[in-house]
Amino acid sequence: MDFISILSIFVMACFVGYYVVWSVTPALHTPLMAVTNAISSVIIVGALVASAEAVSPVAKYLGLLAVVFAAVNIFGGFAVTERMLAMYKKKERK
Amino acid sequence: MALGAAMNINRPLIFAAAACSALTAGPAFASGGDAAPVSPWVSLAYLVAGVFFILALRGLSSPETSRSGNRFGMIGMAIAVITTLLTHEIANIVEILIAIAIGGVAGFVIARKIKMTDMPQLVAAFHSLVGLAAVLVALAAWLNPEAFGILDANGQILTVSRIEMGLGVAIGAITFSGSVIAFLKLNGNMSGSPIMLPGRHVINLGVLAAILGMIAVYTVSPDGGAGEGWLFLAITVLSFIIGFLLIIPIGGADMPVVVSMLNSYSGWAAAAMGFTLSNTAMIITGALVGSSGAILSYIMCKAMNRSFISVIAGGFGAEASSGGDGAAKVDRPWKRGSAEDAAYMMKQAESVIIVPGYGMAVAQAQHALREMADLLKKEGVSVKYAIHPVAGRMPGHMNVLLAEANVPYDEVFELEDINSEFSQTDVAFIIGANDVVNPAAKTDKSSPIYGMPVFDVDKAKTVFFIKRSMGGVGYAGVDNDVFYMDQTMMLLADAKKMVEDIVKNLGH
Repeated sequence: MDFISILSIFVMACFVGYYVVWSVTPALHTPLMAVTNAISSVIIVGALVASAEAVSPVAKYLGLLAVVFAAVNIFGGFAVTERMLAMYKKKERK
Repeated sequence: MALGAAMNINRPLIFAAAACSALTAGPAFASGGDAAPVSPWVSLAYLVAGVFFILALRGLSSPETSRSGNRFGMIGMAIAVITTLLTHEIANIVEILIAIAIGGVAGFVIARKIKMTDMPQLVAAFHSLVGLAAVLVALAAWLNPEAFGILDANGQILTVSRIEMGLGVAIGAITFSGSVIAFLKLNGNMSGSPIMLPGRHVINLGVLAAILGMIAVYTVSPDGGAGEGWLFLAITVLSFIIGFLLIIPIGGADMPVVVSMLNSYSGWAAAAMGFTLSNTAMIITGALVGSSGAILSYIMCKAMNRSFISVIAGGFGAEASSGGDGAAKVDRPWKRGSAEDAAYMMKQAESVIIVPGYGMAVAQAQHALREMADLLKKEGVSVKYAIHPVAGRMPGHMNVLLAEANVPYDEVFELEDINSEFSQTDVAFIIGANDVVNPAAKTDKSSPIYGMPVFDVDKAKTVFFIKRSMGGVGYAGVDNDVFYMDQTMMLLADAKKMVEDIVKNLGH
């Protein structure tokens, strides 16, 4: 992919993000932050690429360290979001 | 001049080289130009992951769909990780799986154990990890550019990749150190009051300019050229320092903005690394998270009627201790109420609106509060909760705490949805909030909170105001006229204890 294609995806995604986030109900802003935290750890892809290559051992260990941090965030972020969302309940109508 | 010229000459080359490398190395980062062309399915898989992340955020538009949204996010992440693992020749899969397991278990345990009142700290800590991961990935890419497919025909790192890596490492480092400071302040390891360095604006602008200048120089300097190695590390170190400097002057109650802003930065850092890797999943996610954090910062600033710049400049609330109109606040008469008074009045009332603030979180009073509301509802009283956008230390903080205490979310209302109801309400019950109910924001042009949207609690027939003592004022350091109104009764006690006493009195 050339730079302009990538840039196009980025710009379009910014607009998608803008409209999607405005539609998030304010009551769920804390879970929103937790889940954005989890998904921004998709940076683990870069960490995996770095740690898979054995050419530079330093780069490999930096990559592995990044994998650990990103994994903390992915598992922690999704789990804590799940925990919070499970607490949002409607009024019971008797 | 020379710098600009060099960039201009390089520009067509950059795009040509990027296009070439994409054709050969492709988005799956197969090393070198001679690798087999990457299947379009790989790019497609990352795109699907990106779409799942969009759906994850879309799900949060209502509590009913939110749980499936979170699952979509997990699916997207699984697709991204598995695709990466399958499309790379990985010599050390065991090490990688161990790394994932260590992080995964740690993350999972933290997520299970964390108290809901500590969510702001947790989110800040998670942000710092995203920032640190971005820094590490950028450093790894710089040390081993071949693996990332960012070399041109001459074995030099592509110019456009240099910009991306430079920005990625800088934003990542700022996110990391800024979030660490935010964590320490939220967690109480560091005073929440602003720390003001003399000449900090000059220092900050200077360091920022230095970082941008160094990224520019790094972009045009050839690999292995004089000082090239130091340059990248210096960018990293200076960015760590500026993240630290930017957050220390910002006070505790401005933390909702700071946390949102760092959320945004962590997204931009991921996006920058996504550019380096030509990875659509990372770019889409980075853009989503970046805009999400930016929108939340905007909402928070608006809810305080402050500009983003004034929050970032910091120092708000620093003058509080020197007490603006110190003399006035002692002399004015106010009424003290008791738990019995409150219980009696609320039992007789038709409608009660509860306004919770950060003080409720500090006192952990949310469970007792819900118990009180339940007893009142049994008496036939209509009970609603009114939540200000900046109540608490992060966006939506109060909503989560009330949800944790089993308060149904359809009894919880936002500022603009409930504010008109105060004039027809018998009792406004303020617990741990102060600035967000201060009428000075509507009337007193000289007040630091003037223009901030506030609850019209002064229009309610009776106001109960739980506060620890008459001495302390809100974060903004402004006296609150609500204390001295005829219909106000001050309930001076720890919020949790007071609510529990009211519950006891409601019992019989």
